[in-house]
Amino acid sequence: MTNNKANTFSIIGSLKTKSKVEKSAQVVFTTCAFFAVLAVFSITIYMILNGAPALSKVGIGDILFGTVWKPTASEPSYGILYVILTSIIGTFLSILVGVPIGLFTAIFLAEVAPRKLAGIVKPAVELLAGIPSVIYGLLGLLLLNPVMYKWELLIFKNDPDHQFTGGANLISAVIVLAIMILPTVINISESAIKAVPKHLKEASLALGGSHIQTIFKVMIPAAKSGIVTAIVLGVGRAIGEAMAISLVSGSSVNVPLPFNSVRFLTTAIVSEMGYASDLHREVLFTIGLVLFLFIMIINLLLTKVLKKGENENDK
Amino acid sequence: MKNRMSKLIALLAVSAMVMGTLAGCGSTEEAAPVEETVVEETAPAEAAPEEAAPAEEVAPAEETADLSGSISMAGSTSMEKLATALSEVFMAKYPGVTVTAEFTGSSAGIESLAAGSVDIGNSSRALKDSEKEAGAVENIVAIDGIAVVVDPANAVAGLTKDQLIGIYKGEIKNWSEVGGTDAPIVVVGREAGSGTRGAFEELLEVEDACAYANELDSTGAVMAKVASTPGAIGYVSLDVVDETVIAVALDEVAPTEENIKAGSYFLSRPFVMATKGEVAEQSEAVQGLFEFLASDEGKELIKSVGLITVE
Repeated sequence: MTNNKANTFSIIGSLKTKSKVEKSAQVVFTTCAFFAVLAVFSITIYMILNGAPALSKVGIGDILFGTVWKPTASEPSYGILYVILTSIIGTFLSILVGVPIGLFTAIFLAEVAPRKLAGIVKPAVELLAGIPSVIYGLLGLLLLNPVMYKWELLIFKNDPDHQFTGGANLISAVIVLAIMILPTVINISESAIKAVPKHLKEASLALGGSHIQTIFKVMIPAAKSGIVTAIVLGVGRAIGEAMAISLVSGSSVNVPLPFNSVRFLTTAIVSEMGYASDLHREVLFTIGLVLFLFIMIINLLLTKVLKKGENENDK
Repeated sequence: MKNRMSKLIALLAVSAMVMGTLAGCGSTEEAAPVEETVVEETAPAEAAPEEAAPAEEVAPAEETADLSGSISMAGSTSMEKLATALSEVFMAKYPGVTVTAEFTGSSAGIESLAAGSVDIGNSSRALKDSEKEAGAVENIVAIDGIAVVVDPANAVAGLTKDQLIGIYKGEIKNWSEVGGTDAPIVVVGREAGSGTRGAFEELLEVEDACAYANELDSTGAVMAKVASTPGAIGYVSLDVVDETVIAVALDEVAPTEENIKAGSYFLSRPFVMATKGEVAEQSEAVQGLFEFLASDEGKELIKSVGLITVE
């Protein structure tokens, strides 16, 4: 509005009105910014206040390094080591599966694909990002688990010690997570590859490098920081996911082996919060705190990587 | 003059924008606490539908008699759902009556009753002789039944108590060991803290000794998993059993309401609201509570929390 009229007059008629406008605008923006900061701080403080007491009541070692999770037993035990390990290993494996697929799709989209084909694949990838996580979980439950159960029956046919899970296991969860991080990895790596200065590619091709050589030896190294960002964001998405994996992972606390029923940090909170009381509830908040710290570490890592990338580009 | 007018308009425009931004801030500020409460409310998600049902009945129940006084209850944690729903509906029907319920455990509840500190002692098991000698009278108000369900293709028609214990402790791992086909058993259960799990493990005396392959967080999830997984076994409240699963007979007794009322089906337990002396000797408010439980409205309430009424 003011822009349209800027040609004919100035709202800054005098020094007095100028300082008023400036000051009020500053107050408005500061207040708005304050709310975002307030939210972060109150969540952090809330998590620490609620999560920390159980650590001292049960003992830090007993919670973080205990392996027995029996919160409702007459002598309760609150060890979440397997839960933490499951989250770490599950996230790591899903990155191991998801990142190569995502990265190669990004290369395909940015470099290899004919324009028309890219026009089909790109919206499909974007659609994948929009599918709610519970749908991933349902599909995993209905399609993936039966297949896994067949494999399980085949592999553990003569193993009397194996506890059959009906296909709800770590692999199912990893596959679902790997699919869920694909859109993040693809979109960010694609823009990173596209942002590589054209002269680098042209120089490589002019020196006689093939297209594929150029991609792997020039473009990917040049887009490294963007790709690392994609991976870190993927880790963030995978570690924070709850709904989808609570349906496919079986949710029993076990050592995170491929065919075991496992429980993640997120699903541990989701599945027991409903009926938990007293110390049990407090320990669930502690699990939340552990998860919160993990995500904080990932975010700090991300900012560091991004800063490093900026510095490199400046040179 | 013209210049002044346009200045005025511009100022108005700026102030409108400022207001808009402020309004934006205001709404974000409000949004935060709203979300928080939503999260807290969804947490005991499963209790919600059952509690919702009695709440609906509250509306037409206002043609009230003139009961007044207070009723205090203490006892079983398993009876929390029933006791809470009962006190809510009863207090809505008789605004003069205050019902307080504490959940301290069956034995503690009966002890408080014997000591005279409460009017009603809640117990999720039959009273012991020693408790009856201390003056507690057993009033069974409802029965809690649990069905053991298997997938519809399972050939096993029944299990004995020992077989069931063996399966849930992880000692029996194949259906061929209990007279079925050669297929592994997938043991499905509920999460720690669930009332159904508590009752199941208590009745089988396998507390904290169960080896679950799946710990699911709702009755619906257990039903879905058992229905879709060959060789799965799970337990659910009796009232939710449908044709997608088979409810197996235990010790050759089919899980039906009749068998449970007759007491021959072992995965069931009485919900007792014990009083010190007969109900007729109690205060009017307490008598009113028992009359309410025996009425059609009370029976509806009992069914709405997944229990079986006593006839």
